[in-house]
Amino acid sequence: MQVSTEQRGTLHRLRLEGDLDIYAAADLKTALVDALSTPHELEIDLAQISAIDTSGIQLLAAAKREALDTGKTMRMVNHSAAVVELIELYDLAGWFGDPLWLPQASQNGGTA
Amino acid sequence: MSLNLNEALQTFFAESRALLRDMEDALLRLEGAPDDADALNAVFRAAHTIKGSAGLFGLNAIVAFTHEAESVLDMARDGRLRLNDAVCGLLLQCRDHVELLLREAESGEELTEAARQHGDTLTERLLQLHGPGRGTLAPLAPDTAEPLRCGGSPVDNDGWHISLRFDPGVLRNGLDPMSFIRYLGTFGRIARIVTVLDGMPRLADLDAECCHLGFEIQFVSDCDKQAIEAAFEFVRDECQLRILPPGSRVHDYVRLLDELPGDKLRLGELLVACGAVTKRELDAALQEQQRVDLGPPLGQVLVGDKVVRPEVVNAALNKQNEMRARQPQDGMFIRVHADKLDALINQVGELVIAGAGVGLLAQRNKDSALQEAMSSLSRLVEEVRDGAMRLRMVEIGETFNRFRRVVRDVSKDLGKNVELVITGAETELDKSVVERLGDPLTHLVRNAMDHGIEPADVRASRGKPMHATLELAACHEAGHIVVEVRDDGGGLDRERILAKAIERNLIEAETQAQLPDTEVWNLIFEPGFSTARQVSNLSGRGVGMDVVKRGIEALRGNVEIESVAGRGTTIRIRLPLTLAIIEGFLMRVADVHLVVPLDMVLECVEIGAALPPGQDYFDLRGEVLPLLRLREHFGLQGEPGRRQNVVIVNTAGRKAGLVVDELKGQFQAVIKPLGELFARVHGLAGSTILGSGEVALVIDVPGLLESAQRAYRKAGLRPVPGTPSSGPAAQLSKSMTAGLIG
Repeated sequence: MQVSTEQRGTLHRLRLEGDLDIYAAADLKTALVDALSTPHELEIDLAQISAIDTSGIQLLAAAKREALDTGKTMRMVNHSAAVVELIELYDLAGWFGDPLWLPQASQNGGTA
Repeated sequence: MSLNLNEALQTFFAESRALLRDMEDALLRLEGAPDDADALNAVFRAAHTIKGSAGLFGLNAIVAFTHEAESVLDMARDGRLRLNDAVCGLLLQCRDHVELLLREAESGEELTEAARQHGDTLTERLLQLHGPGRGTLAPLAPDTAEPLRCGGSPVDNDGWHISLRFDPGVLRNGLDPMSFIRYLGTFGRIARIVTVLDGMPRLADLDAECCHLGFEIQFVSDCDKQAIEAAFEFVRDECQLRILPPGSRVHDYVRLLDELPGDKLRLGELLVACGAVTKRELDAALQEQQRVDLGPPLGQVLVGDKVVRPEVVNAALNKQNEMRARQPQDGMFIRVHADKLDALINQVGELVIAGAGVGLLAQRNKDSALQEAMSSLSRLVEEVRDGAMRLRMVEIGETFNRFRRVVRDVSKDLGKNVELVITGAETELDKSVVERLGDPLTHLVRNAMDHGIEPADVRASRGKPMHATLELAACHEAGHIVVEVRDDGGGLDRERILAKAIERNLIEAETQAQLPDTEVWNLIFEPGFSTARQVSNLSGRGVGMDVVKRGIEALRGNVEIESVAGRGTTIRIRLPLTLAIIEGFLMRVADVHLVVPLDMVLECVEIGAALPPGQDYFDLRGEVLPLLRLREHFGLQGEPGRRQNVVIVNTAGRKAGLVVDELKGQFQAVIKPLGELFARVHGLAGSTILGSGEVALVIDVPGLLESAQRAYRKAGLRPVPGTPSSGPAAQLSKSMTAGLIG
């Protein structure tokens, strides 16, 4: 898994790439904790996620709850097909509250 | 019995009384609006809680009686019974009977025969109401409760319910919950799934490689239980799996709730969220479970309201003996023994006095740093004082609300149609004042309804609305609270009161025409104006009005009457906000320190030598201001100072000047009662201790002005005939003008 960050005005953008699985879980947690420690609005780009498992979704959920508890805005965008599939399996779309774009024909082709 | 049980019993009595009060309020609301579901629920909740708790203490008489009332309420909640006036009236009587039963249990006294018979009659009438169908509901012995009935009805869904809680280690072992759930999808349909995130720690504390999730799944498939269990074969030892077959009873779900860790309310919501049970089913079953636990089972599932709020579910889940979920706002209050509060107030009083002492020393030593520190300390002390006083403040609304019942009952008795209007219910005053205000108010309200408000035919002939209005109002006014009892009845009859007064030698016949209205009205406060025979031919109030006046004066308050013939009467009670600590204004006359409540002081004026001795009025910017020379009034020794000061006080809208030697300024007075020796001294409200340790006397301004007025009257100065007068101070002013003219 690779993490890149970008600061645009008051928007902190976290771009995740690769597999969000148990092997990446520890790194993902660090990345999320760091991202939430900034005072800015957090946007997580999931376009380049090729696979995600329960540990990954659990961390995203924990981050979301943290954001809700502390009154921060956290938004997930450009969900890849793998992410959409798992969110739908667990029926968490409503809980996360982010609009889910139907995945494009290409597996990893996140919307711009 | 053990001390603990005894204490619990006391709590039960206290809470039951509070519940009965709520019940009365709600019933009176229902009388006006029979469709008020909240009120109905409140009545039901009160009855139900009292019944349940009484059962715990083995108070069977209460359980049996309340049970019947509850059955009737139950029907009303189901919409099978319309709550008309008759039913509400019956329920109110039942409430009173429960109160009686509680009192009996508390005091250990036997009920009188009449009361017992009354109870039987009430039970009879309740049974009539809930009819033969329910009448046969003989309580089942708890141990033979039929399982079928207790099992509740089958749940209205056609799927399996799978409840999954994974152990933390599953992910590390390479087992991912998602694959099992996906696998389920290969031989059936996942109708609903709720992912349970509640077990998940905060992000910072989360072990990323552990699974903290659980799932509640509604699964539609025609496979058998084994097939589902087989799907979880691999994680068998690392998860808690519970499977409920289609058509399980609600009670199986309730048991599931009992077994699962975590907050039941939340779990119940999860079950509802994933469509396993409806809220209604769950609620009904839970309520029933509770009944089985506690009293005679009703044998029939109580069908709850369609809109069941979470706290109701919660209340049902709590065992009856934990009465904590009674009302949502209960959590915001704690019960404190009144003695503890009193002790706190006393200590704060001592703190204030001690603080004043230190302040004085700081001033004498001219230590500016110390003075500065002292000033911030006294600010804090003031805040603590205000906070402590506020603890004792209660809203008067609760006292006022008690009169809804009084007005309802008395107007039924008298056949008068009286509506009670309450304003200023949120006005706060000291609890000890409120408590002692109840009796005088009851007197006034009854009087107003009995004698003040005319019968309906008289009202009609006078062109008044048939509906009489009785108003209870409260508001704050310069450190005082004003409570008014206002009716739109016939008003006081001046001629009859005068005739009565002359007959009793209270006034002389030739002066009666000169007597201003206020003084005439005040005659009804005279003791002896209140015996029954006299009242009947007096047509006005008089029943125990002297008692009312004494009660109010004991609270350092005063009463005044306004009355317009044919239009109604207003009785105005003015009370100090608190009995303990006041913000005062300190002054000196000769070597005596005197304090008046600061909020009565309008201004201070120096009069120097301009005032000739003996002149008891003063030109205040063109206004004639009556003066009271405290030195002469209290008979103090010593020569007056070269310069005199006038403290202008305002009470009840009247002004007067108090002549003193020296102004000392603002002072926090902790009022201590005067000894019995001083009981007959008018115009003093109490004493207080100064920082120097000296004693200052607290002046009761209205009382002082009144006694001054009396002194003037005795001296033969009568008010000028024909000029309107409105009270003691105006009286003073009038007598001065008289002096001028004469």
